[in-house]
Amino acid sequence: MTAALNPKFTLETFVVGSANRLAVTAGRTVAESPGSAYNPLFIYSASGLGKTHLLMAMGHAAKRLAPGLSVEYLTLDEFVEAFHAAVAAGQGDAVRQRVQAVDMLLVDDVQFLTNRKEMQAELLRLTEALLSAGHQIVLASDRPPNEIADLDERLISRFSGGLVVDMSPPDYETRVAILRRKAEERGVSFAPGVLDAAASLELSNVRELMGALNRLVAYQAVSDATITPETAREMLRGKPGAATPVPGASAADEPAPADLPAPGSPPVAPAAPSGDEFALFLTDVTTNVGKAVEAWRARVAEAVLRWEGEGYRTARLEALLDQDTPGGVEEAIAAYGRDVERLRTLAAEVAQLDPPATGNAVFRDPERLDEAEELASRVRAGVAPPSGPSGAYPLETLVVGSSNQIAVGAAREVIAAPGRRYNPLVIVGSPGTGKTHLLHAIGLELARRPGAVVACLSGQGFIDELIAAIDADRMDWWRARYRRATALLLDDIHLLAGKERSQEELFLLFNLFLDWERQLVFTTPAPPSELADLEPRIVSRLSGGLVAELAEPDRAIRAALIERALAGRPGTERAVIDYLADRPAGSVLSLLDAVQRVTAAAAAQERPLTADFAREVLEGRLGRDRRTVGMRTSGIVVSSASGVRSREKMVWEWPDVADRLVGEVP
Amino acid sequence: MSLVNFTTREITCKIVYYGPGRSGKTRNLHYVYGRVPEARRGRMISLATQTDRTLFFDFLPIDLGSISGFVTRFQLYTVPGQVYYNATRRLVLQGADGVVFVADSQARQLDENLESLQNLQSNLLELGQDARQVPLVLQYNKQDLPRELILTPAEMDDALNFRGAPSFPADALHGAGVFETLKSISELVLRRLSAGAPA
Repeated sequence: MTAALNPKFTLETFVVGSANRLAVTAGRTVAESPGSAYNPLFIYSASGLGKTHLLMAMGHAAKRLAPGLSVEYLTLDEFVEAFHAAVAAGQGDAVRQRVQAVDMLLVDDVQFLTNRKEMQAELLRLTEALLSAGHQIVLASDRPPNEIADLDERLISRFSGGLVVDMSPPDYETRVAILRRKAEERGVSFAPGVLDAAASLELSNVRELMGALNRLVAYQAVSDATITPETAREMLRGKPGAATPVPGASAADEPAPADLPAPGSPPVAPAAPSGDEFALFLTDVTTNVGKAVEAWRARVAEAVLRWEGEGYRTARLEALLDQDTPGGVEEAIAAYGRDVERLRTLAAEVAQLDPPATGNAVFRDPERLDEAEELASRVRAGVAPPSGPSGAYPLETLVVGSSNQIAVGAAREVIAAPGRRYNPLVIVGSPGTGKTHLLHAIGLELARRPGAVVACLSGQGFIDELIAAIDADRMDWWRARYRRATALLLDDIHLLAGKERSQEELFLLFNLFLDWERQLVFTTPAPPSELADLEPRIVSRLSGGLVAELAEPDRAIRAALIERALAGRPGTERAVIDYLADRPAGSVLSLLDAVQRVTAAAAAQERPLTADFAREVLEGRLGRDRRTVGMRTSGIVVSSASGVRSREKMVWEWPDVADRLVGEVP
Repeated sequence: MSLVNFTTREITCKIVYYGPGRSGKTRNLHYVYGRVPEARRGRMISLATQTDRTLFFDFLPIDLGSISGFVTRFQLYTVPGQVYYNATRRLVLQGADGVVFVADSQARQLDENLESLQNLQSNLLELGQDARQVPLVLQYNKQDLPRELILTPAEMDDALNFRGAPSFPADALHGAGVFETLKSISELVLRRLSAGAPA
């Protein structure tokens, strides 16, 4: 952030006169023993009288006397910009510490502290730190501390605590001395009296004096004759554009009076041309050419300033300044802008997913765009939604019958218009009735949508992840993972009962997803209102969507499932399927378990799979004897007229209790 | 149009003075010629008929020396104003970096001015140049003539300057407005150079 000390600005090249003697002496003293003589040293003067020169000269002098000394020169604006950029990049403290470690700090243009409370506080802190550490601080301003508008009283007293010294405009002798020295530096010489004539003009500061010298030099370069004190005075004093005649131009070149517009000619007639038109034209062209050929540099510099101010590394742009031609500069600046834009996009994305990761320096350096992309993709991968739906449960394999058609219909609606039709969809059913299958099937279908991120996991998984995140203090990250999801499908939500924190987080997600019209699907073994220990706010939200029940699989579903399960066994009797389908089954799982037992037994005993064999396996030999006409079930006697819904409760004799129970345990 | 060559560090500006016959284009060049120090100007080439009308074109090279490290040259051309030399005009116009349209302020010449301006547009078009992009400055010459014979600069602006180009009243015979015009066109040309610097 530091502007380099201009090597031309040394004490040797500083012309000392009565107007600035005190300031220069003080500056010299401070340079010789920084931190001990006048601290802080506050120099003020009107613009163009050498504050910057003196500041830099002190820096040079101090460094020459003690080469190990660290000296920093910066203008207040640079300081503010650098500081803001550093804070934006999360490096504020680093900059503070670095500046505090400087042995001699030279701050220019302090008057810009007006209306910058935050910077004033920062500078106050810095000044105190430097002073207490015995480091030198030198400040320059265009007015004394107490005249800087809106300056903190404490700063005024700190600034005034050392030495406040001013510099006045140079007197005539100093002006002559300055002009002579500058002319000498530029290797031009003038006729005696010319510089004195220039110095005698009432110019309020040294910059104007330099401007006058420049005009003299330029004029002398294009004209063949030497300048006399008279022409110099006339040229410098005269109005711009009609100043001086070209030396050697004869009177014949001037328009004769007779050629002047005749009486009666329009009042808008142009003024008679002046003599040194070509010289003026040349000056004009020189300025324009300068602007034109250096314009690209200005544009590069502008871009550097802009992006640096926003806290981006600009090495690539700075490198452009080293080239001689403007070839490709525009493209390079545009490409840089695009890269920065990309970095911003990435940083914004990362900020959502993993806020602390945004502080990474790669997001501030377009040269490291690749690394930034990589980091972003890592973050993205790291916050992939907890887990997606399982491919083992496609919708196609779900057998639809009267017992589940309402739930499946609702699922299809959800798949067709996620988040808008039934939100949330709550699938209620006993264990083994296909809730999980349906949930994952919905998840799989939703995941087919472009850009879809489907989170599909069990309630227990949800709780476990949350605990892990709390444990690792990564709640932001955890939440971001779920917020990225376009659909959230939770199996067995009743497991969240009594888990306050999990319910709290689910509640937050719930609201977000409803707001964003993202689909929510839950499964539970009982209707929401019957779930104990689930907070009412969640229960009410669950009930607010569609609660679809999955009943025990009906016969059609059972038959279809058995058929599919036996599909790999050619020659299976239809009777086997009918027999198995006729058996009551509280769940798909128990049904499939029965099928498996029968097929396994057939394989083990190397017997053909017949209805009788199946009955034998499932009911034991006795079963066959007990079987009576009109009783379709296996050892389970149902009173068809009783109206008792659960046939299981009517069993009075289990053929093999252990066998029966295996299938019932989910 | 190789206006700026960053490799050889040269800047060359070709400026063409366009306008109807007898509007004072050659006179502009003569005046400039008279003001440029001898060391900086090349030989002015003028191909004129016996009656001093431009037959082919006038050419005045000016060497402005090294500016910002660039050897800078201006080449001033005039075109023959007479209607029947259109092929020559187009030839001269080729590769122009800027055009000065010298109009005759006399009221009775208004149609000639308009015709010449249209001719400029159509020639630029034929050369594949967008007339709106080419730097253009208007000069209303002969403003020294008695008021009853001429149109004021404001009237000339109304009649000719529909694009709002910089315009200057002039008396090229005596030099009034000549350098103002030249300065203006060179500024436009150089500004265009800074706007889109060709490599």
